[in-house]
Amino acid sequence: MKKIFSFMIALGLTLGLAGHADAAQKSILIGFTASQTGKLNVEATRQINGLNLWVEQVNKAGGIKMPDGSHVLVKTKYYDDESNKDRVQELYTRLISIDKADFLISPYSSGLADAAALIAQQYKRIMITTGASSDSIFKKGYTLVYMTYTPASRYLTGALNVLLKLDPAAKKIAIIHENDKFSTDVVSALKGYAEEKAMQVAMYEGYDAGTTDFAPFINKIPKGVDAVMGGGHFADTTTFARQLYEKQVATKMVALLVAPPEPKFAELGEACISVIGPSQWEPVAKYSPEAAKAENVEWYGPTVAEFLKLYADKYGKEEPSYHSAGGYAAGMILEKAIEASGSLETSAVQAAIDKEDMYTFYGRIKFNTTPNLHGLQDGHEMIYIQWQKGKDGKPEKVAVWPASAASAAPMLRMSR
Amino acid sequence: MFSHLSASLVDGLLIGFVYGIAAMGLSLIWGVMRVVNLAHGATMALGMFFIYYLFSGAGMNPYLALPLAALLAMAFGFIVYVVALHRVIQAGYLYTLLATFAVNMIIIGIGTTVFTTSPRNVDFSLGSVTLGGEILQGTRLVAAAASVTITGALYLFLYFTRTGKAIRAVSNNRAAAELMGISSARVLALSFGIGTMLAAVAGSLTATFFPFTILSGSTYQLKSFVICVLGGLGNPLGALLGGLILGALEGIVPVFMPVSWVPVVEFGLFVAVLVIRPSGLMGAK
Repeated sequence: MKKIFSFMIALGLTLGLAGHADAAQKSILIGFTASQTGKLNVEATRQINGLNLWVEQVNKAGGIKMPDGSHVLVKTKYYDDESNKDRVQELYTRLISIDKADFLISPYSSGLADAAALIAQQYKRIMITTGASSDSIFKKGYTLVYMTYTPASRYLTGALNVLLKLDPAAKKIAIIHENDKFSTDVVSALKGYAEEKAMQVAMYEGYDAGTTDFAPFINKIPKGVDAVMGGGHFADTTTFARQLYEKQVATKMVALLVAPPEPKFAELGEACISVIGPSQWEPVAKYSPEAAKAENVEWYGPTVAEFLKLYADKYGKEEPSYHSAGGYAAGMILEKAIEASGSLETSAVQAAIDKEDMYTFYGRIKFNTTPNLHGLQDGHEMIYIQWQKGKDGKPEKVAVWPASAASAAPMLRMSR
Repeated sequence: MFSHLSASLVDGLLIGFVYGIAAMGLSLIWGVMRVVNLAHGATMALGMFFIYYLFSGAGMNPYLALPLAALLAMAFGFIVYVVALHRVIQAGYLYTLLATFAVNMIIIGIGTTVFTTSPRNVDFSLGSVTLGGEILQGTRLVAAAASVTITGALYLFLYFTRTGKAIRAVSNNRAAAELMGISSARVLALSFGIGTMLAAVAGSLTATFFPFTILSGSTYQLKSFVICVLGGLGNPLGALLGGLILGALEGIVPVFMPVSWVPVVEFGLFVAVLVIRPSGLMGAK
């Protein structure tokens, strides 16, 4: 009897101490869905790899450091959304109601993120969207949803800035784009921006998805245009770039969507040289604490080189894509806000995110806080890559814009 | 405006030659066998993939791979004829239509599994040449030249060889040809083989300048039907003429209106020909 009593006391003490230790080590639960199956699997996997790397790094450092010196561990809970919009709302509701997630990260793609954002707002949970660039999500009056990517409306406007920097006298552009929502959104914003800059949009025409023969469009490009811009997705844009080269279109710049940042674009050989394309992030980006200091903005988190090393250590040869970088950056947005607010309460963290303005390896992060566009990414700029001839004469991808990320100077097409 | 028009017309005509070759295969099979070959587009896609793998896998020049593609396609045509068509050739249009549709579905199904539907691109360029102020893509010029050569060879074969004359005889009157000692089964198999070969060659040439998937053939098959109706179903030379008309329309129409109007004009013409001259421009009245 005495032995049993002693055992019970010992057990009680052990459990009590363990409980006390657990109470001292706070934690948060981050919920998300991942398209582990379905058409978005590749991009979503990269995104989750980036997020998981962030979780690992934070926990390795003891957790998110609070102002009082304590640390908050990060735990995650996720489900496979099967790349299916219908599954997303059901699963996010489950993450909030049953799993009691404190914060949310969006699934990959604008469509899925849009569906998830509605649930986040409805259940009063902060959601950081990544892998989603549609502006429209942020025009619905949400107050708890924040965007990591540069919005689609700014995909090609920077390319126009590059053109005007290289040739301030440039006045005329031609826009040829795929007739889908994403590309149309992008070029309609580009058209507005060009007109703001007093430029003439000499041609503005869309082509159907699956178009293979661009000769009818190329033949219509007016003589003397300073830039040809537009495109759509990988297959059509690659063909368009090739035919522009073969038809020897005389223009100072070709800036196209989606395809140029892909390594496979280099297979075009000579035809890819000088083509510019927007990307959310590139491993060649040269964001640095020094560049941040020059702009008087705080630097936060690992440098580009450190991120690349951490990623390589965890995932081997797989080079991080902008999806991976976006996943990591989404985690950092939450981490910084929790650190700054010293709280895990939604309202306190929300106020801290609203105030965020920082440079990271992913670029600048700052949010729009006006009621109409709350949460829209204002700080992050697209990186513009350009294919230039490397030392061995083969195409080499370099970052040319913005200056804070550039690894080489941009060049005009006619000087190639 | 004139420079746009001439550039677009030339580009359209160059493509039109390749359209003509594709339609010629369909037209020959119809003319000789009275079979509407719904596997025509899928065969074109197989030709595209054949060139793609020989070029990107074995590094072979696409034009050197072309004769190989033609030979294999002809053998493939024989096999399809023996397996899917021979037993139903006498049973009427509906049966042969369903048989070729089944072959089409089998090719698409296997092709989707093996190749997926990701777009492929034969990254082969011959650069451009400037002729009379117009910049012409080398691959399109070679494709047009190859199409003209193939059309000439087919014409010589059909009109000046014993086998060619046998094909024309079977096309005119199968029963009479058999009475003259011509084996119609062999002629039908050969015709299907040649038609399939033309489809694969057209696909191979197209792959040198346009990207494709295993599903791309359906677009060209539809164009081939329009061309056959324009030129006259069963008339290979009419098919070439129809191809040139369609190509020219695709070049000229976008100069005057948005490109999305091209199918409207094409199919408008298609309906007009059916109403005014159902036998086509070069078909028998």
